[in-house]
Amino acid sequence: MLLVEFEPVIDPIVNERAIMLAARIRERGASGVLDVAPGYCTVAVHFDPLQIDLGALERSIAEEASRIEGLVAVPAKAPIEIAVTYGGEHGPDIDAVAAYAGCTPAEVVKWHSARTYRVYMLGFVPGFAYLGSVDPRIAAPRHRAPRERVPAGSVGIAGEQTGVYPVTSPGGWQLIGHTSSPMFDPDRSSPSLLAPGDLVRFVPRLGDGA
Amino acid sequence: MILGAVEVIRPGLLTTVQDLGRFGHQALGVPVSGPMDRFSHRLANQLVGNDANAATLEVTLIGPELLFATASVVAIAGAVFDVSCDGRAVPMGESFAMLPGQRLRFGRVVQGARAYIGIAGGVLTPRVLGSRATHLVSRMGGIGGRALLAGDRLPVLAEPDRRPHRKAPGLTLPTGGRARLRVVPGPQDHWFQREALETMASVSFRVSPRSNRMGYRLEGPPLLRASAAELISEPVGMGAIQVPGAGEPILLMADRQTAGGYPKIGHVISADLPLAGQLAPGDFIEFILCERKEAVAALIARERQLLRSAARETHEHA
Repeated sequence: MLLVEFEPVIDPIVNERAIMLAARIRERGASGVLDVAPGYCTVAVHFDPLQIDLGALERSIAEEASRIEGLVAVPAKAPIEIAVTYGGEHGPDIDAVAAYAGCTPAEVVKWHSARTYRVYMLGFVPGFAYLGSVDPRIAAPRHRAPRERVPAGSVGIAGEQTGVYPVTSPGGWQLIGHTSSPMFDPDRSSPSLLAPGDLVRFVPRLGDGA
Repeated sequence: MILGAVEVIRPGLLTTVQDLGRFGHQALGVPVSGPMDRFSHRLANQLVGNDANAATLEVTLIGPELLFATASVVAIAGAVFDVSCDGRAVPMGESFAMLPGQRLRFGRVVQGARAYIGIAGGVLTPRVLGSRATHLVSRMGGIGGRALLAGDRLPVLAEPDRRPHRKAPGLTLPTGGRARLRVVPGPQDHWFQREALETMASVSFRVSPRSNRMGYRLEGPPLLRASAAELISEPVGMGAIQVPGAGEPILLMADRQTAGGYPKIGHVISADLPLAGQLAPGDFIEFILCERKEAVAALIARERQLLRSAARETHEHA
């Protein structure tokens, strides 16, 4: 695996460059390149060193990278809306987050659903998107000891990151709500609801007590 | 294509369907999975005349008992087990015929940890996102994304072509539960105290019982960081040695996540990963530092071994 590193920051433009570089490398379709995955500010190129010369691969990546240096703005696009039931049994940590913030659970809902988030990266499990950035007032740190079992669809906060658990798994994020939107289905033509660079808004479901 | 079946009588400790892995979807967080020892997986396929990406069965420490409902050609590569068919010993690293109604029974493991059962035509479980590899945590591939259970029926080719008898020396397995693995430092080796790399290269690490297909936790002296800076999560590959804050390294293996937030002090070179795949909890690893050039040369040497094996068909009939 070859790792292309950009400036180590969590920044939409740096992230957009990484996503674009990953797309360009993928489009080149060089034989021996097995997979290309962008991170926040990195791109991983998984390759078979027996099929492709490492030096040649590095040169072609550098060439593509030089072409996207001029990228200074993130393209506008419509956010994907995810309906969330906040609080109660659906969001068992909402009171803890409210206590952290010194606010009411209703304000946690208001501030969490007020922002448009960017999908910086997917990882952890299929379809798990790392979204940023959460309002610093409610950016509660993750639990010291992770839960053994977080139900699929749980919406959580970990510092300035937020995200949705696509499958039931262990997890340490502060759970504030739940969505029934299927985040990942390998049988769909596009398996993941969210892809790197997408924008997301959480929409509180009407009738919520919070 | 007529389908036959192999029935699982006893599943063994952890027997999974694996092909070379689910590449192409890591950007969506889909883990690659695939064999812990790619070399032996490929050799098992080669011995029965399959493509390298055909699905084999990965057997872990305690092997299964399988009932062949249809005639097939089979080969076992990787870890050495006592294996029998109707009371007769079955050779490792060699293709052989199974007749309808015969049982392939795994006994004790003699050396190594994981064996690969190659079956002519491959195991034909459905592909998920282009691959048959089982990923246990995300429950994808194989049979229901899980390890085999008694009563499972694995679809295979009912009438494989007659294939030449093939035999090949396998991987030189770690002896005495010790593997020497070459490591290229990086990408965050400079995040660690200066002594960390020296420490890593001078002591043995024990594979912890808290190890699995995702990764091996390694017990040994802690590899301490020089600064408390947090790494921004980034994609990771098989063989990466990531080190959480307490300094206990984790060697990432086949079922690793696609990304991780711990700094990585180095990567086990691809040529030596099959050896890592032959380790079990309680075994030991000695790391040897090396350079990228040596890593590529070692991989070419490993590949030549497979090519030589392919050339050594004996043209007897199985």
